[in-house]
Amino acid sequence: MAVGEFEPKIAGFLCNWCSYAGADLAGTSRMSYPPNIRIIRVPCSGRVDPLFVVKTFQQGADGVLVAGCHLGDCHYNEGNFYSRRRFALLAPFLDYLGIQKERFRLEWVSASEGRKFSDVVTSFTNDLKKLGPRNVLSSGGRG
Amino acid sequence: MARIGVFVCHCGTNIAGVVSIPAVLEAAKKMPGVVVAADDKYSCSDPGQSHIRAVIEQNKLNRVVIGSCSPRMHEFTFRKVMVKAGLNPYFLEVANIREQVSWVHSNDKEKATAKAIDHVRIAVAKVARDEALFPKKVPLTKRALVIGGGITGMQAALDIANAGHPVTLVERESSIGGHMAQLDKTFPTLDCSACILTPKMVEIVQHPNITLLTYSEVRQVSGFVGNFDVEIVKKARKVDAKKCTGCGICWLKCPEKVSAEFNEGLGERKAIYVPFPQAVPLVPKVDLENCLYIKYQNYVEGKSEGKRPMQCRICEKLCPVQALAWDQQDEIVKEKFGAIVVATGYKTFDPSVCGEYGGGKLPDVISGLQLERMFNSSGPTGGEVLRPSDGAHPKTVVLVSCVGSRDEQRGRPYCSKICCMYTAKQTILLKEHDPEVQCYVFYIDIRTGGKDYEEFARRAQEEYGALYLRGRVSRIYEDGKQLVVLGEDSLMGRPVEIRADMVVLATGVEANEGAAELAQTMKLSHDVYDFLTEAHPKLKPVETQTDGILVAGACVGPKDIPECVAQGGAAAAKVSALFSQEMLTSDPMVASVDNARCIGCLLCVQVCPYKAIDTQVLRNGRTVALVNESLCRACGLCPAVCRPKAVNLRGFTNQQLLAEVNALWQ
Amino acid sequence: MTKSYSFYPGCALHASAREYDVSTLLVCRALGIEITELAKWTCCGASSAHSFDTWLGLALPALDLQEAEKAGRPLVIACAKCYSQLKMASHEMQNRETLDNVNHLTGGVLKNTTEVVHLLQVLNLDSPDFTGTVKRPLKDLKVACYYGCLLVRPKDVAGFDDLEDPQIMDDIVRKLGAESVDWGLKTECCGASLMVTNRDVVMNLSHRLLRQAKQKGADCVAVACPLCHSNLDCYQKDIEKVYHDGSSLPVLYITQLMGLALGFTPKEMLMDRHLTDPLPLLRSKGLA
Repeated sequence: MAVGEFEPKIAGFLCNWCSYAGADLAGTSRMSYPPNIRIIRVPCSGRVDPLFVVKTFQQGADGVLVAGCHLGDCHYNEGNFYSRRRFALLAPFLDYLGIQKERFRLEWVSASEGRKFSDVVTSFTNDLKKLGPRNVLSSGGRG
Repeated sequence: MARIGVFVCHCGTNIAGVVSIPAVLEAAKKMPGVVVAADDKYSCSDPGQSHIRAVIEQNKLNRVVIGSCSPRMHEFTFRKVMVKAGLNPYFLEVANIREQVSWVHSNDKEKATAKAIDHVRIAVAKVARDEALFPKKVPLTKRALVIGGGITGMQAALDIANAGHPVTLVERESSIGGHMAQLDKTFPTLDCSACILTPKMVEIVQHPNITLLTYSEVRQVSGFVGNFDVEIVKKARKVDAKKCTGCGICWLKCPEKVSAEFNEGLGERKAIYVPFPQAVPLVPKVDLENCLYIKYQNYVEGKSEGKRPMQCRICEKLCPVQALAWDQQDEIVKEKFGAIVVATGYKTFDPSVCGEYGGGKLPDVISGLQLERMFNSSGPTGGEVLRPSDGAHPKTVVLVSCVGSRDEQRGRPYCSKICCMYTAKQTILLKEHDPEVQCYVFYIDIRTGGKDYEEFARRAQEEYGALYLRGRVSRIYEDGKQLVVLGEDSLMGRPVEIRADMVVLATGVEANEGAAELAQTMKLSHDVYDFLTEAHPKLKPVETQTDGILVAGACVGPKDIPECVAQGGAAAAKVSALFSQEMLTSDPMVASVDNARCIGCLLCVQVCPYKAIDTQVLRNGRTVALVNESLCRACGLCPAVCRPKAVNLRGFTNQQLLAEVNALWQ
Repeated sequence: MTKSYSFYPGCALHASAREYDVSTLLVCRALGIEITELAKWTCCGASSAHSFDTWLGLALPALDLQEAEKAGRPLVIACAKCYSQLKMASHEMQNRETLDNVNHLTGGVLKNTTEVVHLLQVLNLDSPDFTGTVKRPLKDLKVACYYGCLLVRPKDVAGFDDLEDPQIMDDIVRKLGAESVDWGLKTECCGASLMVTNRDVVMNLSHRLLRQAKQKGADCVAVACPLCHSNLDCYQKDIEKVYHDGSSLPVLYITQLMGLALGFTPKEMLMDRHLTDPLPLLRSKGLA
């Protein structure tokens, strides 16, 4: 890796039942991926308030990943359907804030998809590297 | 004032080999609220746990972060350490620095260490906002519901009842017994199926702890482990079960004949009937589609047109105990159960979609289950094997395995598991019924995993002379009075043509009718073939993702009788273990409402998948949301939609998650 | 509504199966289906090209598909083998890399956008109710529809009908007023081009088809493939010499039966070109 290459900061909100377990499986199976992501565990992708995503960008993230169970497989039956709708609506708002919508990703990763988790993080990291650093959001206070 | 202790686990070299532990400890000590940072070779081990306790006590810590393996692995272990150290177990956070750090970033130790430090910092930020939580005790209804009266459900019901708990067994058909009641003999011992099944059926009706509801279906399930509210529809038989003695005069004299489902369409039954002579309970039901008097009533009420049907009522006139009850209506039974066992079984693949096997149009191409009924002495042919087309005894029989199994084109790529064995059994029984019979079996592989199974299948070939041909059948067509079976012998690499008198299709196992709907009702998950999903395919084969609901038998996937019996027993053991407690402990990590902030928009009520949010009217007249803590499953949908941020999820509060976000990077 | 198509006849329709070509053109005109033969077409590769060289098997159909693309209309094909070759090639070339490689080989600029359909799909779907145009219903005629092995297979490529018990031709036959015979060998192989190299196999397979059709009471067999036709019709006498099954069974193209019902004479439908003479049958049913 070239010295001084841009290293994007990524935050991942992973649902406890599928994607967090999928990330654990990637570990158990030693499927390496770029170390750019920091992981926050949530019970369900439907727990993720869009506010958290915006706050994360404000905090300096270059990319935010929300991952949940595949549609129809939600541990709580329908949580991920809410997140699908919610984040479809968030994208244009991100644009409005000057954050390219490619910097946000919603993915479905099941507990058995360690490989998929590793692939998602790898491709997201590479895409963000191509996009380059994000224009700094003026921080409107902390709260 | 938070006094936080950070413990970093080496996990031998699993973590320490990649992540620089001293660097993590150094960084942790500077994090806000952290009083002490220490490390352990193995935090989860006995010495590790004692060390953590000692450090907690020495430093008067009140919150703890452990940097180790995934919280999915040892969070519970460390909570117990907290309790032993005299702290509330929920003042604990686990930073995942093994599965999500050291194991995936071993090629870049520097960056892995940076990430580990970030994960610890996130956990420290969260733990500072943790609240003390206290589990509640909730009462438990020690009554079990078993859905499905086949061999699996019967076994589960008997085992739970014998453990001393009341059980309600619900069966959709008018008799219990399931598919096993249709079989003549069972592999690999050739036990007479009825001889081993009917005593169990009788035991069910006579058991003081078992309430049997046949011709009934579960319509609604709500509630949670220990306290399920269930609605069962008891369908109208039009026969008063209390009066009926099962004498049989009604079904003997009923003039209306209909194709018999129990006999797989071979032979006929009456419009008032019991599916088979050994039915339990031995109470007939009136077939509402075909009974002449019901048709007459519909006609009089203007529900049907055409010729006026006969006002038959012969059964009523002949019944010696006046058991016919024409005004009987469907009845809804509402009851509370502590646990539910789902054992709804399977159905067989319908081969009429297979044009190459005649598409259901060739009368002498029958299914394995139809042959089974012919073998049976109380079956449609009185125990004789006869060609449906002309009643002749077949001398050459071709058996085709994997019909609707291992067939990707027909969307059934899985192995149905039982067909190889029942096909072998049927070649033996065919030969025993008529020594002149020659059997040919087309197979893909012969799968005989099970005690004494392989020996049995070999006997079919070696002692009973069944000729096994490895290959698939491409076409079956009629030629004169015979059937021509075209296939391939893939071991010889040649096409094969066999002129047969009868063909038996070993139809595969499918999820039962209505399995997906039932799963929906009970909020269980199912796979693409509608088989129910167990909590873990190896370690939790009868549990589901929903506490208190168990699955057993062929509703989970193809299984033979011994496996079904074992699973029925296993589910019963789980129910008994649950019922051995006096009270249930509820998880305190649930949603709660801040009444002062709630504006009563009730969006939370709309999104809650568990109907766990009610409303309450405060003394000042405002309506606010109220969480029913025993129904809440802690998904967190409600706090995410709450506009005034009045609803929160304990353990994953907005404050905790935002603290994590703020702590993401230095 | 008139719909227009490009038409790919293939070599057989211009030679041994001229009656299929002629009857197709006349019937389509009568039904208001506009078909225009491709200005320039080449061999589809048939049964030999793809078995010797995969890329040759793709390149030959690609040339024809490119012609069709120039014409800008969907391409209708009457011969089952030509259909299969072109449809399969078009399917394979949905893969970008394959398409690029084929274009490299042919020096072409194929984009692979042409929809390829079989004549039966056009006849059936685009004229859902041609009962009104039937002038001479084929009453009392029992027809065994023979689809052959290629027409509806494989599922992912052709896929317009059931693989084992297709109905598209039977539907047409019923709309003509005739009776379609339900028989079990609709999609079994006739032996195809093995007639050249392994005659016994073809005799056996074709005999099986004819015997079953007769047993099920068919008066004639309807086909939609020149090779099936030639195996079942031309070699019927040779088959008879080996198997002694008695009575001959006329084999007609589905379009010939349609033409007959639409009012054309057997002569116009070139029914006198068959080796198993259908005229005695048609006379006995009052159709000629």
